[in-house]
Amino acid sequence: MTLKQTLSLLAGLIVASPVALAEPEVPVNLPKFKEGQYVHHAPTVEDLKNDDSINPELKKVILKGRDMFMNTQQFRGKYVFNDLNCKSCHLGEGRMNWSAPIWPAATTLPDYRGKNHHVNSLEERIAGCFSFSMNGKPPAYGSDDMLAMVAYHQWLAKGAPVYEKNIGGRGFSHLGREAPEKLDFERGKAVYQENCAICHGENGQGQRKDGEVVFPPLWGDGSYNWGAGMTRVFTAASFIKNNMPLGKPGSLSDEEAWQVANFINSHERPQDPRYTGDVKETREKYMNFHKYTNYGTVVNGTLLGDHDNTGTKPFLKPDVLRPRTFE
Amino acid sequence: MNSFLHVTLAAVLAMAATSASAAESGNPDRGATLATQGDGSGAPCTACHGADGAGNNAGGFPRLAGLDADYLFKQMVDMNAGKRTSPVMQPNIDNFDEQQLRDLAAYYAGMPVPKTSTATSVDASVMAMGSKLVNEGDWDNYVPPCSTCHGPGNHGVGHVFPAIAGQHPNYIRSQLQAWQNNQRNNDPNQLMTAIAERLSQEQIDAVAAYLGSQNATNP
Ligand code: HEC
Ligand code: HEC
Ligand code: HEC
Ligand code: HEC
Repeated sequence: MTLKQTLSLLAGLIVASPVALAEPEVPVNLPKFKEGQYVHHAPTVEDLKNDDSINPELKKVILKGRDMFMNTQQFRGKYVFNDLNCKSCHLGEGRMNWSAPIWPAATTLPDYRGKNHHVNSLEERIAGCFSFSMNGKPPAYGSDDMLAMVAYHQWLAKGAPVYEKNIGGRGFSHLGREAPEKLDFERGKAVYQENCAICHGENGQGQRKDGEVVFPPLWGDGSYNWGAGMTRVFTAASFIKNNMPLGKPGSLSDEEAWQVANFINSHERPQDPRYTGDVKETREKYMNFHKYTNYGTVVNGTLLGDHDNTGTKPFLKPDVLRPRTFE
Repeated sequence: MNSFLHVTLAAVLAMAATSASAAESGNPDRGATLATQGDGSGAPCTACHGADGAGNNAGGFPRLAGLDADYLFKQMVDMNAGKRTSPVMQPNIDNFDEQQLRDLAAYYAGMPVPKTSTATSVDASVMAMGSKLVNEGDWDNYVPPCSTCHGPGNHGVGHVFPAIAGQHPNYIRSQLQAWQNNQRNNDPNQLMTAIAERLSQEQIDAVAAYLGSQNATNP
């Protein structure tokens, strides 16, 4: 073989198998699971189709729940009053580790939740994301729609141990609760413009096409309200670190994730449904939550959350948000 | 010549960076003339992309008609800057200045979208795999659905995310491979590199066939 032939053969090989040889240019950088953690592989729709142990009627209801989760906008004006779907924050159908997979709620609830100081059911947990994250009004407890949502959550948990709490990739908190850096609006804005504005828009308004939301808004009336978990800077920082920019998890540094999380949560959004009529008082009353948010604090000369704006939702608080006493 | 090209390119890039809209500043009538004349040294656009801008599958010539003007303009700038390599295409535009490229972009963007969807003879299972990737993704391999970025029906979103529904399968396949082979490095923030490099050859064939079979226009 001449040198020329060898070279062209080599060139051919390199072109033919670029993926096998090259390191990915944009690696999927997700955190490692910790020793001893339970790691779940939630089933897929394929699995559901092939699972003969599940009654066909139940399959239909699970798929209805899935459809509600993926396209929650079909209930715009009924259950949802912002531009989000459940999958906007729980990426990959709510199955994905590091994107707050939803199935742990089915294996760990009923349990006590610090957010409302009582024992919550799975329905109540789902109602929570409807009320805050979706700025909405949850389907009634026990209704067909609620049952479909519950069925979807529970099926995703298939095979997972009940009451196991040491779960790998659960929730949005792996960066911890305290920001390691000094958070600076301008620094966050720079990260935003460089990495996020291309999809979420210069003013966080998101982008629509043919009337459909393609890229969801990050603040303003179309976004989650001031009571949503995502308003906590640490929650948003962990979400962003492991899920954004879309398709590039783990590409931002921890510092960038914190800064941009603080930036998006330094803008106005619909009122916290727990609002007492006074923002300072509300912040005080729910300090265990709001100590992690910018609600009721002054940013760039404006007191955030000092308004009656509930977005397009014609009420403040859905009736289902109420205390339980078990007496 | 060399330094002239240099200066022109720098100017083009500077303009691109200020995101002046090609749709606003391009003249489609002048673009129409340029498309039939060519740049002097290369072939006229119509020779490959067709008089109606529909391109064709066999040659791997993309449909240009109805694509976003800023997107088209940026692609030509990127080709001249070497960020997107195409020995077949680039020689046809290397003598154009920035205004001429804007005129061409405006011309093609304003053309009616032809029916380009390519009938395929591939297996139903291949189509099913393509449909699943495009509409539901392959999250276990961190591939979001194509429509998350390319929009409802994959008809494109804004100036950044081009329409890919009804684009020719051979062209779609060649672009996904170009990203894998480092021939195309011009996507903003490597948003498309991330996706393309995670696809297997089988998946590339499947999405190309499926997208090619879709309607390029809204139903
Ligand atoms: C704006 C973002 C956002 C949207 C939209 C959203 N959620 Fe959530 N969800 C969260 C956050 C934040 C958490 C808390 C994660 C944590 O504990 O760190 C959460 C937690 C959950 C949990 C508990 C998971 C666990 O580990 O126990 C369930 C169940 C859930 N959401 C269901 C839903 C449903 C159903 C919808 C749609 C009605 C929805 N979510 C919409 C942000 C969102
Ligand atoms: C390529 C487009 C793209 C880029 C770039 C991008 N996002 Fe997103 N983002 C999305 C999409 C799409 C969703 C919804 C996910 C879904 O529907 O599958 C989303 C969801 C979100 C959400 C939760 C939903 C909401 O609206 O509150 C937040 C928060 C968010 N992105 C923040 C960011 C931040 C911060 C950056 C920059 C570091 C960023 N995104 C970059 C496309 C993008
Ligand atoms: C000899 C055939 C040929 C001629 C002549 C030609 N093109 Fe192309 N064109 C191609 C091919 C092949 C591609 C795909 C390039 C690649 O593989 O990256 C292409 C791609 C393009 C693209 C990128 C489209 C996209 O969706 O990203 C634009 C824009 C374009 N051509 C414009 C023109 C214009 C304007 C002219 C005339 C000045 C022209 N072409 C002349 C063959 C040609
Ligand atoms: C995270 C966002 C994102 C996702 C998801 C995505 N794309 Fe893209 N895609 C882009 C961007 C941005 C461009 C434009 C690149 C440029 O400007 O050169 C693009 C361009 C393309 C092109 C070139 C079009 C042309 O006219 O040259 C093809 C083909 C393509 N994408 C196919 C796909 C397929 C197939 C999928 C799903 C498997 C997909 N994309 C998913 C962001 C995305």
